[in-house]
Amino acid sequence: MRLDIILRVIAKLLIPFALVFGLYVQFHGDYGPGGGFQAGVIVAAAVIFYALIYGLPAARRVVPDAVVEFLLAFGVLLYSGVGIASILLGGNFLDYFVLGADPVSGQHRGIFWVEAGVLITVAAVMLKIFYVFAARKRDAGEAGQ
Amino acid sequence: MLTQHFPALLVVVPLVAAPIIVLARHALASWLIALLATAASFGIAAVLLDQTLADGVISYAMGSWEIPLGIEYRIDAAGAFVALIVAGMGLIAMPYSRVGIAAEVRSEEHYLYYALMMLCLAGLLGILVTGDAFNLFVFLEVSSLATYVLIAMGRDRRALVAAYQYLLMGTIGATLYVLGVGLLYLETGTLNLADMAARLVSVGDSRGVLAALAFITVGISLKIALFPLHLWLPNAYAYAPSPVSAFLAATATKVSIYVLMRYFFTIFGPTEVFDARATGAILLGLSLAAMFVPAIVAIFQHDMKRLLAYSSVSQIGYITLGISMDSVEGLMASAMHLFNHALTKGGLFLVLGGVVLRCRGAGFDRLAGLGHTMPMASFAMVVGGLSLIGVPGSAGFISKWYLVSAAMHEGQWWLVGAVLASSLLAVIYVWRFVEVAYFRAPPADHPAPGEAPLSMFLPALAMIVACVYFGIDATWSSDVAMRVAEVLMSSRSIVQ
Repeated sequence: MRLDIILRVIAKLLIPFALVFGLYVQFHGDYGPGGGFQAGVIVAAAVIFYALIYGLPAARRVVPDAVVEFLLAFGVLLYSGVGIASILLGGNFLDYFVLGADPVSGQHRGIFWVEAGVLITVAAVMLKIFYVFAARKRDAGEAGQ
Repeated sequence: MLTQHFPALLVVVPLVAAPIIVLARHALASWLIALLATAASFGIAAVLLDQTLADGVISYAMGSWEIPLGIEYRIDAAGAFVALIVAGMGLIAMPYSRVGIAAEVRSEEHYLYYALMMLCLAGLLGILVTGDAFNLFVFLEVSSLATYVLIAMGRDRRALVAAYQYLLMGTIGATLYVLGVGLLYLETGTLNLADMAARLVSVGDSRGVLAALAFITVGISLKIALFPLHLWLPNAYAYAPSPVSAFLAATATKVSIYVLMRYFFTIFGPTEVFDARATGAILLGLSLAAMFVPAIVAIFQHDMKRLLAYSSVSQIGYITLGISMDSVEGLMASAMHLFNHALTKGGLFLVLGGVVLRCRGAGFDRLAGLGHTMPMASFAMVVGGLSLIGVPGSAGFISKWYLVSAAMHEGQWWLVGAVLASSLLAVIYVWRFVEVAYFRAPPADHPAPGEAPLSMFLPALAMIVACVYFGIDATWSSDVAMRVAEVLMSSRSIVQ
C-alpha cells in the first residue's frame, strides 16, 4: 500500500487542476468548444481518479451515494426550472429572452443556468455509473456474508 | 393563458415529475406524483385534441426562436389523437401499478419504476408533439431507454436478456432513423418536418431521398415490430412487469406507427420518390406476412403473455395494411385499429397481470381451470379475446369492418379474404385460452387463487368495458379517426 506514494501525491496535485479545468470548460462554453456535458464528464473524471487512487470507500465518503442521486435529479430540475421560469415570466418554454432586462443578458442568464443543470446531471450520472459498476462485487459480497 | 403552452407542457409535466420522484424516493409519494402528472398529461392531451379538431394545427415555438430555425412543437388532430391514447393508457396503468408492481419489482426500486414510467411517457408524448426530425429522435431515445430499464425490472432473470435484445434492436432502429434524417438534412438543409416536406417536393427523385426513405422506413419498422423485425417484442412483453407490458403494448408500437404514417404521408408523400418506388406494395406484403405468420406462431405458444405478444405483432399487420392502401379510407381504418387494438391489448395485458399475480405465472399449466378459480378475470379475458378476433359488438370488429370496406373501396377483394382468414387464426389462439381456462382442472398445488385485487381488476375491467363500448357506439372513435386520416392525407392529395 505504501509503495504508491508517487501516485497519491500526483493525484492530490492533479485533482484540483482537473476540477478547475472542468469549470473552465463549463464557463468558456459560451465562447469556444465546451459546455455542460464536457465539463460534467471532466468533474466526474476527477472524482473517479480519486476513487482509483484512494479507493472506492474514500470516494464514497467524499461524494456519498445519496448526494450523487440527489444531484442527478436536481440538474434536470434546474434545467426544466429555467423553462418553467420563462413561462411564468410570460415567454414560451425555455425562452431566455424574457429572463433578463435586455435580450442579450437574458440569453446569458438562461444558458448559464441550463448549462449548470447539464453539468450537475452529467457529472452525477457518470459517478453513479462508476459507483454501480465498481461496487458490484463489493456489495454483492457483503450481502452474501 | 396557460393553454397556449399546452404543447410544451404535455411533455414537460411528466419530464419534471421524473426527477421530483427520484428526489422524493418514497414509494407512496412517488406513486401520487406520477398519478397526478399522468392525469395532468391526459387532461392536456384531451384539450389539445379538442383544439386541433376545431382549429387544425397548433404550432409552438420552443424558446421563442423563429420557426424553421428553432425547434417547433407542432400538433394536429393525428398527433393529439395518439397522445390521448398514450396518456389515457398511462392514466389507467398508474392506479394499477401500485399493487401491480409490488410482487414483481423490488420495493426499494419502486420509486425508480415510477420515474422511468414518467420518462417513458414524456418520450412518447414528445414524439407525437414535436415538429422537428432530430428532436423526434431524441424523444425516441428517451422513451426507448426508459423502456429498456422498465423491461429489465421484471422479476424473471430472462427479463434482462429480453431488455438487452430490445436494446440492441431498438438502437439499430434509432440509428437507421437518424441516418435517414441526416440524409434528409443534406438534401433539404432543414430539420423542421413541415419545412422539410415543403422543400422535398422540389428536390425531386434523388438517390439521397430514396436512401432516406429506406433508412427511416426500416428504422421505424424495427420500433413498430413490423414482421419480420419483431423478434425483440415477444420476450420484452413476456418478461416485463405486468403494468409495463400493458402500457407498452398499448402505446410504444402505436407511437412508432404514427411516426411511420407521418413520414410516409406528410414528408415523403408529396415527393416523386414515394410514388416511383413500390413502397406501398412492399408494406402490403409485409403486412400480409405479419397478419399470418405471427398469428400461427401465437397458436403454438404455451404462455399467455407470449401468446398475446405474438398476437400484437399480428395485429400490427392490420394497421400497416391500412397504411399500405394509401387512401383516406385505409388510413382511417388504420387509425381506428390503432385505437381499438390499444384498448383491447392494453385491457388483456392488464387482466393477465392480475392473473399472473394470483397464479404466479402465465404459463398454460398455471392458468389451467382459470374459469373456475378466477371466473371474472377469465371472462374479461374472453371478452378481450373476442375483440382480438373481431366479433361483432367488440371494438376489434369495427376496425376490421372499416379495413375490409377500405379494401373493397379499392377493389381489392382478395384482401377481404385475407383479413377473414387471419381472423380465423385469431379464433384458434383465443380458443387455446378458452380450452385451458374452462376445460382443464386447476393445478393441484394451487387450487383456488381467488380474484385479483380490486385496484388491479377495476382498471383492467374499465379497458375491457371500453372495448365493448367502442364496439357498439363507434361514433366518436370513427369521427376522430376520419379526421386523423384526412389530416395525414391532406398534403399527399395536394400533389395528386
